[in-house]
Amino acid sequence: MTAIPADGDDAALPDSAGARGGLGRALSEFLENRLAVVGLGTVVLFILFCYLGPLVYHTDQTHLELSDATLAPSLAHPLGTNEVGYDQLGRLMVGGQSSLEVGIAAALLATAFGTLWGAVAGYAGGFVDAAMMRVVDALLAVPALFLLLFLSSIARPNVGLLILVIALISWLGPARLVRGEALTLRTRDYVRSVRLMGGGPMRAVLRHIAPNAVGTVVVNATFQVADAILTVAALSFLGLGIPPPAANWGDMLSNGINYTYNGYWWLIYPPGLAIVLVVVAFNLVGDALRDSFDVRLRRR
Amino acid sequence: MTGFIARRLAQSIVVVLLVTVIVFILLHLLPGGPARAQLGPRVTAVAIANFNHEMGYDRSVPVQYWTWLTQLATGNLGFSVKLNQSVLSLIGERLPKTLILTILSTVFALIVAIPLGVVQAVRRNRAADYAITFWAFVFYATPPFFLGVVLIVVFSVYLPILPAEAPQSSSLGVILLQPAGLILPVLTLGLLTIAQFSRYMRSSVIENLAEDYVRTARAKGAGERTVLVRHVLRNSLIPVATLLGLSLPAIFSGALITEAVFNFPGMGDLFWTAAQTQDYPIMLGITVLVGLATVIGSLLADLAYAALDPRVRFA
Repeated sequence: MTAIPADGDDAALPDSAGARGGLGRALSEFLENRLAVVGLGTVVLFILFCYLGPLVYHTDQTHLELSDATLAPSLAHPLGTNEVGYDQLGRLMVGGQSSLEVGIAAALLATAFGTLWGAVAGYAGGFVDAAMMRVVDALLAVPALFLLLFLSSIARPNVGLLILVIALISWLGPARLVRGEALTLRTRDYVRSVRLMGGGPMRAVLRHIAPNAVGTVVVNATFQVADAILTVAALSFLGLGIPPPAANWGDMLSNGINYTYNGYWWLIYPPGLAIVLVVVAFNLVGDALRDSFDVRLRRR
Repeated sequence: MTGFIARRLAQSIVVVLLVTVIVFILLHLLPGGPARAQLGPRVTAVAIANFNHEMGYDRSVPVQYWTWLTQLATGNLGFSVKLNQSVLSLIGERLPKTLILTILSTVFALIVAIPLGVVQAVRRNRAADYAITFWAFVFYATPPFFLGVVLIVVFSVYLPILPAEAPQSSSLGVILLQPAGLILPVLTLGLLTIAQFSRYMRSSVIENLAEDYVRTARAKGAGERTVLVRHVLRNSLIPVATLLGLSLPAIFSGALITEAVFNFPGMGDLFWTAAQTQDYPIMLGITVLVGLATVIGSLLADLAYAALDPRVRFA
């Protein structure tokens, strides 16, 4: 899946940052973007809900309680219960932990690997670059979901494998982006002087090229988290999520869909909305980060 | 231009070969190898050895790859023992249905997304722009199966005006005679595509509006409408055409989910069923085919781009 694209020159913010440094200026631009603050606030709220919520709102998410199955929302169960009697609100918190953790871990892994791949390819140039990028092209040509289905049908997924498999199909975007950056960075004087002073290619890539592509990388990582959460959900729907009693929003949602015609709306909409809200929030943050990192987009 | 075409063509051939290598590696990643995948988990060691010898799996890996590749080149995508049918004929049955779904939804998405993007760019940072952006973000963030179910609940349960299931017939003609059943699947897949394309169109138009040729056209007295339609729209469509070539895999992934939601007997459905029954020849055949389609699609898009925009050729 591709991330929602750039906004043209849309950073409609007054330049009040003055002579402050790059990072401070980026931060202040970010905070002035109201949508970004809304997005960041939503992410923080969901993290609090998922991790602090269970400390306040105690529910049993391991033992079945079939006599309490599919209860409609009430005071005892604000979001009702599911088909085996788990409290839906409590499950939303626990399931959110798993969705967020898998999403963030997969995004970090993919970003780290993709950055390294792209930096090496762009720095090396020539034949190495061409060979490495054709590998990326070939993997991009295979639909991600097909590859995922294939990999998950070979081994029954657990959390670690799920993260690995999602990362395996998501590092291509960052690799392409960073390679593009590296192509221009390697001709800069400071990279050349590192080489002149006797620094090896490893040092040039790790200490100079990769860090300088950090803006692009951070922005892309944010979109990656959003995409990874959606991918987990898609896999759950296709029956290749994490097996119960572990829960994530995707599993809850695809499970609830079986009861579409029974009118058990509380099994469908809460996890569905949670996914939509978190993914929108991460995309808003990513959009704003891009605006604040990309100097060219700033209003002059 | 000839040099550019030759270079892109050579690259594409390399990429296609790499796709076959990836699929070949996947084939060999299978636990117990292809023999166990075809003959089942309880097969004896002797049967596996016989099968491997018969199929040539006991030969060296490069030889196997070459044999497999030459078979691919002659159109032999493998054989599904479980369905007792060649993968090519299975795909031949299902492909037209998936094409109907993807083509209809992509055309629908383009018809909606292009004007939306133009409106957003022209009314940038005003109410209409924000409203469309909001919905684009929401649809982009909605898992396709959730969107499909919400549409089913609204249009098939509360307002029972549309069927919740796609036409089940195996004949293409019958499916086209029941257009009502196609509306919800096309809408599901289309809304997701609109969300992406309208964003691209918006930034593309915004970039073009700032170009000098727009100022020139205005200075020559062209009306705002002429400037938009004759100059800006045409140039803005170029990157969107490229994007179309690149989004083929994403559209196929979306089709897979949509077909599963609406029980639509297309290629995605075939792939999903194959994944559940571990029918690997089908999965590998479809993967190779879609990979090939994507490479050709992005090659055509690039060539069209170069033909329309000379700057690309000389970059």
